[in-house]
Amino acid sequence: MSPSATTSTRQGGALKASLRWLLSTLAGGIFVLWAVATAIFFGIRMIPGDPAAAIMGGPGSQASAEALEAARIEYGLDQPLFVQYFGQLRRLAVGDLGTSYSLKSPVSEVLAEIVPSTLVLAGLALVVAWLMALLLAVLSTRISVVGSAVEIISAAVPHFWLASVLIMIFSTALGWFPPVSTNTPGGLVLPVVTLALPLAGFLGQVMRDSLEKAQHSAFALSARARGESEIGVLLRHSLRHAALPGIALSGWALGSLLSGAVVVESIFARPGLGRALLSAVTARDIPLVTGVALVSAGAYVLIMAVSDLAERLVDPRIGEP
Amino acid sequence: MSIHNSMLPLTDPVLVSAGTRVPRPGATLARRLVRRLPTVIAAVVLLFFILAAIAPYLLAPDDPLAINPAAAFSPPGPGHLLGTDESGRDIYSRIIHGARPSLLIGAAATAAGLGLALVLGIAAGFGGRWLDFGIGRILEVLFALPGLLLALVFIALAGPGVGTTVLAVALTTAPGYARVIRGQIIALRASPMVEAATVLGRSRWRILTAHILPNALAPVAVLATLGLGQAVLWAASLSFLGLGSPPPAPEWGTMLSAGRTYLSLAWWMTFFPGLAIVILAGSATVLSRSMKAASSQ
Repeated sequence: MSPSATTSTRQGGALKASLRWLLSTLAGGIFVLWAVATAIFFGIRMIPGDPAAAIMGGPGSQASAEALEAARIEYGLDQPLFVQYFGQLRRLAVGDLGTSYSLKSPVSEVLAEIVPSTLVLAGLALVVAWLMALLLAVLSTRISVVGSAVEIISAAVPHFWLASVLIMIFSTALGWFPPVSTNTPGGLVLPVVTLALPLAGFLGQVMRDSLEKAQHSAFALSARARGESEIGVLLRHSLRHAALPGIALSGWALGSLLSGAVVVESIFARPGLGRALLSAVTARDIPLVTGVALVSAGAYVLIMAVSDLAERLVDPRIGEP
Repeated sequence: MSIHNSMLPLTDPVLVSAGTRVPRPGATLARRLVRRLPTVIAAVVLLFFILAAIAPYLLAPDDPLAINPAAAFSPPGPGHLLGTDESGRDIYSRIIHGARPSLLIGAAATAAGLGLALVLGIAAGFGGRWLDFGIGRILEVLFALPGLLLALVFIALAGPGVGTTVLAVALTTAPGYARVIRGQIIALRASPMVEAATVLGRSRWRILTAHILPNALAPVAVLATLGLGQAVLWAASLSFLGLGSPPPAPEWGTMLSAGRTYLSLAWWMTFFPGLAIVILAGSATVLSRSMKAASSQ
């Protein structure tokens, strides 16, 4: 066999493997979204009582007879369960998320309005967390007590308390930043720091472990033997190894950010996915709850796929048979 | 979502922080004592909170519900060690008396979460390929709605209340534990001990009950300790958002959500109940790390 033939077969194999990865990722993602929608659909109907009342704000709701009737028609509650279910799936498949009961407007419009705000908050927090985590990882390879202390604190300090303490110090006492978040640089500082600090603690601890391993590896030793300074070894050789587990944790990081956004957006009175979910839960606005859940799950699926791809690109050994 | 991701043994850094590193050799006795110090402090703190939950009047003789409008919003000082709230109730007494409901909610949620995780983890780790695949998909879906999101969706369906809070926290924490337990069981299945039992012709049930489960108990104890702190923390987060127990009760999360209104006026109303949660969750984390280190030696 000529060398070129071998190359083309190998490329064919790689293409096949990529295609298989793409298909299984896509199937997995669709499965997750379907499961979330299905769980909520049947969950609300398993609770005793009128499902129309449940959709329109639960047993204590003051929904008018007309509103209940409208919900019955919109959700086809008079029809057999499976007709309703497949109707709901068909609507979701074309992006029709229904009408929010509490906000009286289409869920997709509500989401389009609030998602960018959460994206700005979470994106900034992620960048800040990564920078702090790298700094922490480098620091804690020198002073191991720093690492342990940060690990414990980041596991034990809840977002709501951190936000409250930051407001007490930087808004009430010092008056440096407003306690209500706006999209101005000053108004973003406290919410971003609240979200970033615990995340940085976790990312930092995972990065520290692989940084330590890299610092004691053969390639670090050979770099030192070539006369590379300690800082040079760290910056040019070890740090990129510390980033790998950070990438693998992206899905988890997104989860931490979205979960934290519920608290942070609510305490800093900032519009966004988390705050919308909270008010939807309080009003038991099931269409809006479903919308937010699907958007969050979709974001998680997307991030997991991207981080999986990034890992495969950085470390080609992953995914090989 | 590819199989590769779901096969990762552990992705939750809270669980990783339960400690995986082995202490360095060559530590002198004095250094070893210094190393033990955090564990001792953590154990003492947890015992203090348990004592507060069992016999609150021993530690705080005052009535946590006694109203004294004249002393409302007193800052921390000699009369009221940690200050008073909007009705003049003593914050210290309320924190001590709040230990019982807070710990009970935490313990119930941990028990429910670990119970669910044990069923899922054992079935996935021991029930064969298809069960493992199916449970893996379920966990994947639960992971797609992390932390408070899953808890909130659950509360939206079931309606708020203490029972719902317990179940919501259990559901939030169970997927992570299930993954750890599954990994543990798969590791044990590959051990020489189980191999020997298989060669001796022991039944699968006997291998599970006599060999795998007893050896999986230590990691479950570590998870339970870590989980108690995390469950109290999650439950308090839900209370803080206004979805927990009703206001007059001296429960930590409820105190926090009441204090939130007066954040700029009376910082101690939020700071101290929150600090109690941080200290409890921190101690649980430290203790679970030590337990893990001890059991892996």
